Amino acid sequence: MTPAPLPRWVDLILLPLLNLSVAFLVAGLVVLAIGEDPLEATRILLYGALGWGEGIGFTLYYATSFIFTGLAVAVAFHAGLFNIGGEGQAYVGGLGVAVVCLALDRYVQWWITAPLAALGGAAFGAAWAFVPAYLQATRGSHVVITTIMFNFIAASLMIWLLVDVLAPPGQMSPESRTFEAGGRLPQLDGLMALIGVDTGSAPVNLSLILALLAAWGVWLLIWRTRLGYEMRTFGANRDAAIYAGVSPLRITVVAMLISGGLAGLMALNPVMGEQHRLLFEFVGGAGFVGIAVALMGRAHPAGVVAAALLFGVLYQGGAELAFEKPAITRDMIVMIQGLVILFAGALEFLFRPALGRLFAGAARREAA
Amino acid sequence: MEALVALLDSTVRLSTPLLLACLAGLYSERSGVFDIGLEGKLLGAAFAAAATASLTGSPWLGALAAVAASCALALVHGVACISARGNQIVSGVAINFLALGLTAVLGHAWFSQGGKTPPLAQEARLGPLELPLSETLAGVPVLGPVWSGLVSGHSVLVYAAFLAAPLTWWVLWRTRFGLRLRAVGENPAAVDTAGLSVAGLRYRAVLVCGLLCGLGGAYLSIAQGAGFVPNMSAGKGFIALAALIFAKWRPMQAMATCLLFGFLDASAIRLQGVELPLIGPAPVQLIQAAPYILTVVLLAGFIGAARPPKAGGAPYLKER
Repeated sequence: MTPAPLPRWVDLILLPLLNLSVAFLVAGLVVLAIGEDPLEATRILLYGALGWGEGIGFTLYYATSFIFTGLAVAVAFHAGLFNIGGEGQAYVGGLGVAVVCLALDRYVQWWITAPLAALGGAAFGAAWAFVPAYLQATRGSHVVITTIMFNFIAASLMIWLLVDVLAPPGQMSPESRTFEAGGRLPQLDGLMALIGVDTGSAPVNLSLILALLAAWGVWLLIWRTRLGYEMRTFGANRDAAIYAGVSPLRITVVAMLISGGLAGLMALNPVMGEQHRLLFEFVGGAGFVGIAVALMGRAHPAGVVAAALLFGVLYQGGAELAFEKPAITRDMIVMIQGLVILFAGALEFLFRPALGRLFAGAARREAA
Repeated sequence: MEALVALLDSTVRLSTPLLLACLAGLYSERSGVFDIGLEGKLLGAAFAAAATASLTGSPWLGALAAVAASCALALVHGVACISARGNQIVSGVAINFLALGLTAVLGHAWFSQGGKTPPLAQEARLGPLELPLSETLAGVPVLGPVWSGLVSGHSVLVYAAFLAAPLTWWVLWRTRFGLRLRAVGENPAAVDTAGLSVAGLRYRAVLVCGLLCGLGGAYLSIAQGAGFVPNMSAGKGFIALAALIFAKWRPMQAMATCLLFGFLDASAIRLQGVELPLIGPAPVQLIQAAPYILTVVLLAGFIGAARPPKAGGAPYLKER
């Protein structure tokens, strides 16, 4: 029973849109069930995220984090690996960013700190992905399970570091000291003003540019390099790839290192771009949003950027919505995230048979 | 002696939700359906139990609602993985987020207490059962504290959980249903050839999983706790998953592992801020991370190989 082939645009655009609509339809029903008007909620959400300058700034700020974590999941997908550990990798990546900032911020300009902090974040994130990758390749320990475990180990490790090591003496809250100007990324308000948007005090910062560059870099890697080709081959058919001379150990480890590195880069945005210090649980679920973003974006960098923007809208608009409609809390966004993962991911084939019949029927009629 | 009994007592209390979730995962995964959505089912069930118990005042209706909610989530997982042949991991992740968001949204909308349910009165909870003789034996040395302090005085769900482990062993290794369930997780094509429905067996396993997770969730909010708090499962579903792997998908070992993980949790709580001889301040975070670290070490094959059911993770496609 081979599924009927669908026109390309149906597969790439109509089907994902259909899945997404169903996810939002269900979310709308929940809004209705708690006695609110879904259309009005949507209006407030869209206005809060896109209707005013500062809102747009916050939307882009959130989207920056999601581009990084989405790319992280997407790269691993291409090699047939499911990296659920983005949350932990980003958390540990924050340690790499913070260590560089704490060491340099008092002595040099931000543009010297920034590339080193990016390297630090990527290196720490990649290191956190290394053990699961190596165990998967050499011992067959399932990377899904080990990365989940590493998320929890990261949480314990970071609490210990923040409480006992990084917090300045005498301070109760688990966070590092605040970075000086040499450890802060510039905001993009000047750049946004050029295109006529006043982002006010929104924390959208230079890491947005880095995120877009990373998306382009991932596209180059996956579709324009030998390594990317090997990763896709390995992901599509393990045995064929191994027969063709691809080393499973090398591809698994390299793919997971790139994935972990991208997740680690995400830390640049909140740590060096907004809060200017290492905070307890600063990742705040962005690593998990990356799963929804990658699934929705079909693991293509352009799709990831678009899906990250959509989730940026949801996060910023959701905050405004919670403010205007106290009955609808930000937890609604977590629920929508679950619905998107369910319909765009687990149930992605739900409408495929029906659409297949529809288009097969249309094609027959045309032929007749 | 008293301190030891108290430590073991809280070990039993803390391992109960782990054990119920772990056995739940065991049924599902033995049938070839991986389930990383245990956490979401625990949470959904905990909310349903507390919400129903606070509205009706009946803990039994609460437990029933918990099982219903958990089974509903299990069916979503079943439809996605068995009928729609979707990715089992992705579906599990989706269920975790769905439950996390939905329980907080509904809790906030219905009870307006920041996502919590109102605190439950004693009669709306599944209270402790006093076993016979616990009064009489209380004065007897050793046996007294153990019987009345450790064995007696738990919620009915605690006894259910610890009976469920040997029962699961009996069901899976001594009944026809169990043989078929294990077979469908190892070689579904053979089961299909024998004229049995692969999907039917897997749906039954997934529903048993829902039932047990439902009891685990009810335990969290209406037996151990007195009401629902957002994200109250706090990773217990993932510890249960770790325990399942650590026990190599076997029920009695699952019980031992859950007791071990519960013991680690109980000691971490007690050691908070305690100075240990030679070590200094107790490494509480390290103890809390121990279940995860142990599982990774096990998965790396250093404590014997952990071999999951062969057909796990793959949807079954009948050949035509």
